[in-house]
Amino acid sequence: MNGRNGIPALIFHALFVGFILAPIVVVSFIAFTPAGYLSFPTHGGSLRWFIALWRNSDFVGAFQTSLWLAAISATVAAALSVPAALAIARHAFPGRAAVLTLFQSPLMIPPVVLGVAFLRYFTQIGLSGTFFALVISHIIIVMPFALRTVLTSLAGIDRRLDHAASSLGASRFTIFRRVLLPLILPGIATGWVLAFITSFDEVTMTVFVASPRVTTLPVRLFLYIEDNIDPLVAAVSTTLIAFAVLALVVIDRLFGIDRLLVGDSRAAGRHAKRPHTSHRTPQQNPVLARSRGD
Amino acid sequence: MLRPLLLTAPAAALFVLFLLVPLGGTAVLSLHGFGMYSGIDSSYSAANYRDLLGDDYFYGVFARTLRIGLLTTVITMLIGAPEAYILSRMRPPWRGIFLLVALGPLLISVVSRTLGWAVLFGSTGLINQMLLGAGLVDQPIAFMYTETGVVIALSHVLVPFMVISVSASLQRLDPQLARASASLGAGAFTTLRRVILPHILPGILSGSIIVFALASSAFATPEIIGGRRLKVVATLTYDEFLNTLNWPLGAAAAVILFLTIAAVIVVCNRLVERRYDRMRG
Repeated sequence: MNGRNGIPALIFHALFVGFILAPIVVVSFIAFTPAGYLSFPTHGGSLRWFIALWRNSDFVGAFQTSLWLAAISATVAAALSVPAALAIARHAFPGRAAVLTLFQSPLMIPPVVLGVAFLRYFTQIGLSGTFFALVISHIIIVMPFALRTVLTSLAGIDRRLDHAASSLGASRFTIFRRVLLPLILPGIATGWVLAFITSFDEVTMTVFVASPRVTTLPVRLFLYIEDNIDPLVAAVSTTLIAFAVLALVVIDRLFGIDRLLVGDSRAAGRHAKRPHTSHRTPQQNPVLARSRGD
Repeated sequence: MLRPLLLTAPAAALFVLFLLVPLGGTAVLSLHGFGMYSGIDSSYSAANYRDLLGDDYFYGVFARTLRIGLLTTVITMLIGAPEAYILSRMRPPWRGIFLLVALGPLLISVVSRTLGWAVLFGSTGLINQMLLGAGLVDQPIAFMYTETGVVIALSHVLVPFMVISVSASLQRLDPQLARASASLGAGAFTTLRRVILPHILPGILSGSIIVFALASSAFATPEIIGGRRLKVVATLTYDEFLNTLNWPLGAAAAVILFLTIAAVIVVCNRLVERRYDRMRG
């Protein structure tokens, strides 16, 4: 498997992998229990809890809200981040650093603080507990992810391409549409997927903004777990895990998971040696380096 | 000059209107008074901060929050940094596969990951079954509703950030250095301690800053594993907002949490940057 790690290192590695996978595997197993209570290991498999989940209108409703919320907020964030990233990556203008900091700031602010701020604000302007409030707050928290991948894509583009296009008579908009957009499309798509899954998973901030009528799947799950833990919540969790795995596969196809996670093109064989331009984004940090805690 | 401003204007407007204004509003809210029957009044005073900082209960919650943050940071450091090093020495495709295993959980909702621990932790849960079966303990260990349980679950949730941070600094490390060190007669351990460790220390430190910030502001994991009695600042804030309905006091707790974490991040970032500068010579 590898020549350079000794036996103690491999034992450590096995324990680490066990630690990482244990809770995830256990939840996925329990969801398929035929029993009416939580037990592990389980004997035999059944889909009864997924069927129960399907018939639970609370969870199904929350699931639909989550899907719409994630799709809308990811789309709006992507649409806002393309022009913003173009400005930040390709122009020097006063306030450039400040704007970048502003767009990244939701990653630095504890989600509880954001939740408190949104709850108070939306109550004051009379939009508390509405789907609109959820969408606005989610656009803000997923924006850093959408922006980061577009910035990373733009940094890899040789600026001589613009010059070549413009010397051939292309207008600025044509350059954008015919040259830049096709090149940054994987970055936009990856940002969209990351934004989608971030919104889809978010619980801490959303718990403040959601209401009993308009709530998301993780929030519904969280409130349910506070009262009792049964195989139904394991079935919900397994659904969330399945979405994460799907997102992982899509991102890997589009962008390269290693590039996304560790950030440097050297990490990836497939994505190695992208042309470097003089106009790099300010920080070439891994996209996920500051995110998605609790 | 106009073009970049126009391009950023829509997003900037949204962020000012729906992020900066609400955050400012929270700071203002924390200065208002609150009456059980009269609700939020519009007076201004630092009374909420005085109440919180002078209250033994809040002091205990605050100390617990920092303790959990610190312990989680130390544990993720002890398991995440060696794992990143081991991953960096693997050959493809194993390296990619295990990087995915180590980091993929970041895409899974924290509620699902914490739920897994809640299942494993119970007094008849798998961990206690194993410990009892192996004869390591006589009685089930209490993980649920204890700080131990919260720290273990949070370490699991946050260790990917340490792996990412250390992996990034390992990438900048020239593989020739280890070989040079070996050719000069250093053993594997000496090379690790004298050559590798100093190089990845900035990565470990910046990973620690991230983990500490996220652990001490964590909400869902302490609420699920810690239960209703084992409060941290984030869950206390939640209670003030959604149960007691004393929003000004909750806002003050949130502001204190935010400022404490921001101060820790700023001070530690300074230290890390100084170290980077020294290394560049």
